[in-house]
Amino acid sequence: MAIVVYKTSRVIVQGITGKEGRYHALACRDYGTKVVGGVTPGKGGSDVDGIPVFNTVEEAVQKTNPNVSLIFVPPPFAADAILEAVGSGIKIIVCITEGIPVLDMVKVKRVIEKEGIILIGPNCPGIITPDASKIGIMPGHIFKRGSIGIISRSGTLLYETADQISKVGLGQSTCLGIGGDPIVGTDYIFWLERFEQDPETEAIMIVGEIGGDAEEKAAEYIKAHVTKPVFAFVAGASAPKGRRMGHAGAIIMGKKGTVESKYNALKEAGVHIIENPGYIGETIYKTLKEKYHFSI
Amino acid sequence: MKLHEYQAKELMSQYEVPIPEGRVAYFPYDAWMVAMELGFPVVLKAQVLTGGRGKAGGVKIAKTADEARDIAQELFGKTLVTAQTGPQGVKVRKLLVEKVSSIKRELYFSITIDRTIGKPVVIASKRGGMSIEEVSELYPEDIIKIPIDPAVGFLPYQIRRLKYDLDLVEQEKEISRIVSNLYKLFMDKDCSLLEMNPLVVTDTNHLVALDAKIEIDDNAIFRRKEIAKMRDLTEYDPDELEARFAGLNFIKLDGDIGCMVNGAGLAMATMDVIKFAGGNPANFLDVGGEATPDTIAKGFEIITRDPKVKAIFINIFGGIVRCDKVANGILQALKTVEVKVPIVVRLTGMNKEEGMEMLKNSGLAFSVAQDIKEAAHMITQITKPKKEENQTTKETNKKEK
Repeated sequence: MAIVVYKTSRVIVQGITGKEGRYHALACRDYGTKVVGGVTPGKGGSDVDGIPVFNTVEEAVQKTNPNVSLIFVPPPFAADAILEAVGSGIKIIVCITEGIPVLDMVKVKRVIEKEGIILIGPNCPGIITPDASKIGIMPGHIFKRGSIGIISRSGTLLYETADQISKVGLGQSTCLGIGGDPIVGTDYIFWLERFEQDPETEAIMIVGEIGGDAEEKAAEYIKAHVTKPVFAFVAGASAPKGRRMGHAGAIIMGKKGTVESKYNALKEAGVHIIENPGYIGETIYKTLKEKYHFSI
Repeated sequence: MKLHEYQAKELMSQYEVPIPEGRVAYFPYDAWMVAMELGFPVVLKAQVLTGGRGKAGGVKIAKTADEARDIAQELFGKTLVTAQTGPQGVKVRKLLVEKVSSIKRELYFSITIDRTIGKPVVIASKRGGMSIEEVSELYPEDIIKIPIDPAVGFLPYQIRRLKYDLDLVEQEKEISRIVSNLYKLFMDKDCSLLEMNPLVVTDTNHLVALDAKIEIDDNAIFRRKEIAKMRDLTEYDPDELEARFAGLNFIKLDGDIGCMVNGAGLAMATMDVIKFAGGNPANFLDVGGEATPDTIAKGFEIITRDPKVKAIFINIFGGIVRCDKVANGILQALKTVEVKVPIVVRLTGMNKEEGMEMLKNSGLAFSVAQDIKEAAHMITQITKPKKEENQTTKETNKKEK
């Protein structure tokens, strides 16, 4: 079953004529994703290797009937692009763009909450259901269809985790990056809820980062609502205090946002902690086999 | 981007927020002159982009102009070490000299973005003058939190709540003007933090922003040209600045293993895995999505400038960036930058085989690892103090004898 994106998902790409937009629109199509159209204001009527380009999302929606939009629009215009997709009736939006002003995202957040939109990102690698649909910038070949759902804050760390899981002979149901910015569309809880309900997903992996309290909140939710085995790694055990480690959110202030506080909350919720990121695949394999008697 | 206190106060003053009378001093004599102009006593405040400067001895009071000059002399060139700066500390290059205000009460006021709800939030307290983290731990009931809906702004009823909760009925007009103007400033200039700690009630029952802190959202600097001009380049680590201009994200640490990684999350995890293998990372470096020969060369240049670095760990997971391109970048970069320390490379993802092949055929001495735990093991073998090796040498010596 997987969650949110499937073989049937129909995708348009906003910013399709830019360098990244073009490259990844075609890479997604090569993977098997139904990329039905693209949008770049001023480039309507042209095409990108056969994918029709429109001036507005509205027009793309009328002519190609998509249900997902993948956004590569540059930061100054990205919030507007998200809102254009919302305004045209698209309910699932994946925004790759990094560097959107926070106050722009404050406006976006307000609208998507009111309209019930699923926004993945911004500043994220996207979402993939292996062998069905890749909507993002991840290297498709490292993913294998299977039973583990992955929720990650970081992009390359999502790849690292998925790769290790594939290499021990397990696979993934759906994987996504929620985004490294202070304000993102969806949180861990949104995805935990869906993975818990998805019959194909048998275990869940959380890849967190220092900063904020999203992992602590996820722990509360897991304790109350999740029955499937959950694993977690939180990056930044070696990070110094008060320094922002790349992602706008990844910073330890005082006692808040530390790896210890996150692990304590997660442990309390019965989550299996994987402290050393070199052993993610191995630990999941062993635990599922020995503790949960999975036939792997 | 953090602003200096004097810059934050300038901005607040433009928004009609009362601030103490004062001026910036760049030399001890400036301090003497400003003190003479303002009258006594004056307070001299080190202008550094870090918190906790008061505890580190960066704020002092002078009762005469001569004393102001002497204190300034002492503060200039002094290195302030706070919890945030690390052991190397920050140099004092500017002082804000202000007339001392008579204080009746100290309050706390700030506006920031609440990540969880995705909205600006006003935080205020009757207990100003100490860190808000401390207040929230000791007196959580004394913290007022007011989320603001950006569509309708800071509403009159919310301001009334502040007035009553902070006991500012007498200063009703002032507090209304100050907080609504500060909210306007917050939105106008793309702030991520705006803080007055303390905001004081003076002996004459007026409000003054005694200390001010503003941080601007880095992602919005492109549309705030007037703010971009306020950036004080002398306050940044030169290596970090150079990296930033080259499109790299670099943070200096104190270990001996240089790291070059794509992606912030993986860069952090790489540091973690090194620590678990018993090593110590010398830096955090995210080369980002575009690992060109130029950016990689710049990365090598900055990493190898640190004499403590004994080995370099390159960890690339090709997603946006393809491995053959990265391998080419590494080889090109090594033509322009001389790297004398061993390099351990772990390349995986898109076009991994081509990339590995290129490195192997280059004739250069790379250690190539299959995964991060192997890479971490290899690199810590290089940097670990060589106890066993010494023993074996001794043994061979014995045998020779």
